[in-house]
Amino acid sequence: MRALLICGLLAAAPVFGQPAAPGASGQTVTDPARQQALIRIVRQDCGSCHGMQLTGGLGPALTREAMSDIPFDSVVASIVHGRPGTPMPGWKTLLSAADATWIAQQLQAGFPQEPK
Amino acid sequence: MSLSLLRALRLSTLAAMLALLGACAGAPPTNAPMRGTGDLGIVVGRADGTLTVVDTSARSALGTITGLGDLSHASLVYARDGATAFVFGRDGALTRVNLLERRIEARIMQAGNSIGGAISQDGTLVAAQNYQPGGVKVFDARTLKLVADIPASFDAPGEPGKRSRVVGLADLPGKRFIFSLFDANQIWIADLSGGGAPVLTKFLDVGRQPYDALVTPNGRHYIAGLFGEDGLAMIDLWEPEPKVRRILGGYGRGQEPLPVFKMPHLRGWAVAGRLAYLPAIGRHEVLVVDTQSWQEVARIAVAGQPVFVMAQPDGRQVWVNFALPDYHRVQVIDTQTQSIVKTLEPGAAVLHLEFTPRGDTVWISSRDANRVSVIDIRSFATLARLSVAAPSGIFFTSRASRMGF
Repeated sequence: MRALLICGLLAAAPVFGQPAAPGASGQTVTDPARQQALIRIVRQDCGSCHGMQLTGGLGPALTREAMSDIPFDSVVASIVHGRPGTPMPGWKTLLSAADATWIAQQLQAGFPQEPK
Repeated sequence: MSLSLLRALRLSTLAAMLALLGACAGAPPTNAPMRGTGDLGIVVGRADGTLTVVDTSARSALGTITGLGDLSHASLVYARDGATAFVFGRDGALTRVNLLERRIEARIMQAGNSIGGAISQDGTLVAAQNYQPGGVKVFDARTLKLVADIPASFDAPGEPGKRSRVVGLADLPGKRFIFSLFDANQIWIADLSGGGAPVLTKFLDVGRQPYDALVTPNGRHYIAGLFGEDGLAMIDLWEPEPKVRRILGGYGRGQEPLPVFKMPHLRGWAVAGRLAYLPAIGRHEVLVVDTQSWQEVARIAVAGQPVFVMAQPDGRQVWVNFALPDYHRVQVIDTQTQSIVKTLEPGAAVLHLEFTPRGDTVWISSRDANRVSVIDIRSFATLARLSVAAPSGIFFTSRASRMGF
């Protein structure tokens, strides 16, 4: 139901603003529309520091090679809470716990490309 | 009608058709009339590695240049002819393009990961600032042959000779470049006027994590924004022995910083009259500093984390865009009252703004709306819209004649 609501909002573009729900860890994103929105967010917005191809920039590379050795929970925690002492902000005000989990899963598997 | 006239008519019709075909295909017109470049510009399309060449008088696109690779965070500088641009791609490519012919003249891969560049005052040298491997590379503008390789090496705790990511590169008078080392908390000047190896001047302990920098339009002051602390590092380059000063120290007043979802960008456009307008880090404020006393004169609450804070050419108004999630807005500050006089919503994900040379309009790129809006700076009316796929940086040829651009 929540996924449907988000999906309905996507057309108007406010894809952010789903704060991380406490205790929701373990859940991931199954709605294809939300997945597409997250792919765009990661490629375009995370991409401003990590590169659109996620090969790094001011932020480190987020390629499969770079991410697969990092413990999964650390990847999720970095997305949700940021990395103190670095420019990486916590995204908990903009992404849900399920969003962060799904993104971390994709990063470790090799992040999908945006459809052409 | 004589036969020869008929033949001439046919030929001219054929020529017109061919020209039309060329124009339709976006290719450079083969018999293009001579024209100046003062009202030309480039819009970077970050999704598909394409540059769109625009005419700011006609407010239209002239055509595209393709094959530029990864243009996320791409920037470019102009040769003094205003017809040639050097494009710095995220993937480490340096590409020289010709706006009139709309083609790539030369292209090299110079690093693994690049963030921008600068051109020397005399136009002979082009410098690229690189994250990976961290440093600056200087090239002959004509041949793109490597002239100097300057690794940004420093001694980090337990990592002697570590290479820092380089930011805030700008040209200084006399074949010199100045830049900041994000990981080393240093600012370096590379002097290439001697023709031999670059002579380096290093400023140490400038402040934590310089993230970008600017040279004021007269080339006198270099100001680096600091991510790791509240304040900016400033060097007066006209002093006999330049040194680093802290300005706007402690502007956050000990408050918990807000998350920064995109790094601000600094350039000489921050200066309006004797005041400089600078983005705060982790605060939704624009900081105003007097460039003679270097004291804070105002702070202006704005709609989000400022990314670009840009003065119009006349300095009368300052335009601000924002990091996500507030990047659907643009705000306008009146520099006479230090107050916001307008909030615009020109389309989702505003990434950049650029003023036409004499400041009658501002062009704003809206990435997610796939358009560039041309807006009158007095009435704020939208005068034209151009369709460009995922537009980001907008660069007009008037940059060719400005220091620090």
